[in-house]
Formats: sequence, structure tokens, C-alpha cells
Amino acid sequence: MQRVIVPGLLAVAALMFARAPYLIDAAPYESTMGLVQKIFYFHVPAAMTSMLSAFVCGIASVLYLWRRRPAADHTALAGAELVVVFGVIALVTGPLWARKAWGVWWQWGDARLTITFVMWMIFVAYLLLRRFGGPGSEVMSAAVGLFGMALVPFVYLSVNFWRTIHPTTDVVRSLPPEMAWPFRWSIVAFVLFYAALVLVRVRLERQRLALDEAYAALEE
Amino acid sequence: MRVTGTLVRVVAVALGLAVVAAVGVLAQEPQTQFVPADTLPQETLPATPLVFAAYAFAWVALVGYVFALWRKIGRVERELADVRSALARRQG
Amino acid sequence: MTTALRAAWLIAAKDLRTEFRSRELVYTTLFFGMACVLVFAFAFAAPSGDAIAGVLWIAVLFSGTVALGRTFERERQNETLRALLLAPVERGAVYLGKLIGLMILLGGLELVLVPIIGILFTAPVGRAPWLLAGLLLSGTLGFAAVGTLFSAMLSRVQSRDILLPVVLYPLTVPVVIAGVEGTAAIFAADPRFDVARMWLAMLIFFDAVFVTLALWTFGAVMRE
Repeated sequence: MQRVIVPGLLAVAALMFARAPYLIDAAPYESTMGLVQKIFYFHVPAAMTSMLSAFVCGIASVLYLWRRRPAADHTALAGAELVVVFGVIALVTGPLWARKAWGVWWQWGDARLTITFVMWMIFVAYLLLRRFGGPGSEVMSAAVGLFGMALVPFVYLSVNFWRTIHPTTDVVRSLPPEMAWPFRWSIVAFVLFYAALVLVRVRLERQRLALDEAYAALEE
Repeated sequence: MRVTGTLVRVVAVALGLAVVAAVGVLAQEPQTQFVPADTLPQETLPATPLVFAAYAFAWVALVGYVFALWRKIGRVERELADVRSALARRQG
Repeated sequence: MTTALRAAWLIAAKDLRTEFRSRELVYTTLFFGMACVLVFAFAFAAPSGDAIAGVLWIAVLFSGTVALGRTFERERQNETLRALLLAPVERGAVYLGKLIGLMILLGGLELVLVPIIGILFTAPVGRAPWLLAGLLLSGTLGFAAVGTLFSAMLSRVQSRDILLPVVLYPLTVPVVIAGVEGTAAIFAADPRFDVARMWLAMLIFFDAVFVTLALWTFGAVMRE
């Protein structure tokens, strides 16, 4: 099953990514921001995928804490890593856009950027704990994953009410169709790619576990 | 090592590219002399390098991650096959 | 349920009694809090209401982190954590006992720090004492709830001193935001008590969710 699903997902995602630049180029310029707004077609889907991965990690963490199934732990780890990867993309493309659009590299008042940053930090902490926590770190990091996921609504609430100088505009919902189409295309491409990446990463962990077990068997 | 290696590389590339983009953007032509003007010039920041840097970064990060994963899986699966055949030989 | 609570209180009382004999944790945490305030006094030239709120909460956060590190240090050194977990009480009781002990310590710290900050920075700490107390109590509880859980988990880990803040600070961002904003709303030149109450409500909500979550997770993690 793996042999069909992963290449399948990757193929579809690759095709979509190949088509994306044409769609993005064809999309109209935004009236005030011009060319630089086109970063949005990658920046927002990356941030959304990062948040999606946070939930994947959180749910897998709960399952692991509850049942201690290795598959859940593998998925949680994969999810956490991908939060960081897609998050770093969002956090680098965001300021590149912001510098031109707002004149500053960073704006704490932009709730979504701040939330992405906080969630990114939480899952970096997950990975650090995994790496330096010694034996039993799978369980501890699962607790971080769970809390990370549970925090999303609270971070959202608090950051939104925080710097209310820049009221959060619901850009995504008000997109005109010529922009909505490449935007949705981009999101789908990102999510498909994400799904493929999770599967591959989980497979890597599973194989590593199998390798450890095989070595242990060899030692007997 | 296992978890952080790839990640360190991805983040390092991320930061490297961000720095490159920033430098590219900020390294505007220095002024050689004062030139009087009638109206205040608009501060223009070329958008193209920013857009290019953003997309380049996203691509490199994603492709880089996939590539790193690909290599690691190859290595682990090769090793696994070796150990399993050694086990089989011992039992056989 | 009541046995668990009584057990929790017993554990807290044991900690408090041990502490009362030496008073090490109390004195050092208190002075650490004051040292933080001192540094901030020099770090900010002329702090406004916003910044003073930040000073208070950062001092509490840092002192809390230090106290958290020590809370399980004694257990770890004397290997009594295992004994506690083997005791015929619900796991949750151990967690609650530690949490209560920590809350009492930090509460005492805040009782001292708030007037001092009021004096040093000419902050209107007496303007809405119950509201401020509520914010501090609920904010500290949120921080301590998450902190006690992770401190317990990390007690056997080598680099626990640095891993605890690395894990804890991002996780408690909503608490800090709510606490500082609520306090700043009280300290502002034009105070907004309704805003402060809104943040207080959010903190209480946070506490309800995360104390429950921490209780469950503590049991799930300490199963071994």
C-alpha cells in the first residue's frame, strides 16, 4: 500500500507545484502591495500546513500517552518535525513579504505570524526534548505535543486580543476568484505534499525501530 | 543526532537564505553625493528579489528535507537488510 | 475524591514543614525575585504602566522557574519520588500536593513583590487589589500547573535545568500575555477594569483546562 500511496501523493503534489507558478503568475496583482503580495500563495499555505501538523502531532501524542503504540509515537515525531519545517518556511517568507508590504520585517500585531512563531517554538522544544531528554523522552515529548495542540485556541485568543493596533483582517475569506483559485490550488498542493512527507517520515522511524530490534536480536 | 541533524541543516539553510535575501535587498547603491530635490522621493524597495528569495527558500527547504529523508531511509533500509540477512545466516 | 485531596494536602504539608525547618527555598526564591526586579529597574529607563506589569510577571515567571527546579530536586536527590508514586494514593494527589506547595511559595513571593514594585516604580498596585490578586492567582496557577507537570517529568533528566524553561515558556505564552495585559490595564494612566476582567476570565478558563489536562497527563506519564 505504501508503495502506491507515497509516490502517488508525491506525483500529484509535484504536478501541482509545477503548475502553481503559472497560476500564481496569472493571478492579478494586489492593488496596494503589487508583486510582493504573491508571496502569500506560499506563505499562507505553509503556515496552515504547519498548524495542521501541530494537530497531527497532538492527536498522535494523546494516542501514544494513552496506548503507548510505537506507530503513534512515530507519527507524533513526524508531525512535530514538519511543524518546524513548514513553520520555518512561513516564518521566513512572512517577513520577506512584510518588509515590502508594511515596511518592517516583523509586526507583533499580526496575530497569525505571532501564533505561528509561538507554535513553532513549542514544537522546536518538542524536538529538543526528544533529542536531549534521554530515555523516556518519547513520553515527555508526547506531553509537550498534547499541550501544544491544546494551546492553539488559547494562543489564538490571547494574541488576537493582544496588540489590537492591527485588527486581524479576514483576507482569506474575501479573496476575489482570480486570487482564490491559485490560492486553493497551493493549499491542496501543500497538504498533499505534507501527507506524503508524514508517511515517509513515519516509515523512517519505523525502520529505525526495526533496525534497533534486529541488532538486539543479533546480539543474543 | 538523528532527529536534529536534518533539522539543523534545514534551519541552517533557512537562515542562510534569509540572510542572503536580506543582504541582497539591503545592499542598495550607496549615495556618492547629495543631490537636491524638489519633492521628497518615494522610498522604493524592489519587490522582485524578495519574492524570488521567498519562493527560492520555500523550494529549497522542502526539496532539501525530502532529499535528506530519502537518503536516511535508503541508509537505514540497507542496514536493516544487512542485519536481517546476518540473522538469517546465523539461524540457517 | 476527598482521600485524594487529603493526600494532596498531606504531601503539600510535608513539603511546607520540611521547608519551614530550613526556609532555604523561601529565602532564596524571595531574594531571587527581588534581584530580578533590581535588574529590571536598571534595564528600563522609565517604565510605563505596561513595562511595570511586565517586570512583575517576568519576576514571578523567573522565580517560579527556579522554584520549580527545586521542587522536585529534593525528591530526586533522596529518591523519594518513586516512594511517593508507589504510595497508595492516586497519582493525581502527588501532582496536586506539589502544585499546592508551589502555589503557596509563589503566593508568598507575590505578596512581597507587589508592594515593593509599587514603591520602586510608583505603580498603582492598590488601585484594584482584588482584581490584581485574581490575575496573579490565576496566572500563577496556570504557570504552576504546566510547570509542575514538566518539572516532575524532567526530574530524572540530565539537562533538566535548561530543558524546563525551553519547554515551559512557549507553552505558557497565553498566561503571560493575559497576566501582563490584565495588569497593564489596571496600571494604565487611564485604567480599563473591564479589559482586566476579560483577561482574568481567560486565565480562569485556561486554568480549568490545563489543570485538568496536567492531572490526566501526570497519571499517563508516571505510569511506569
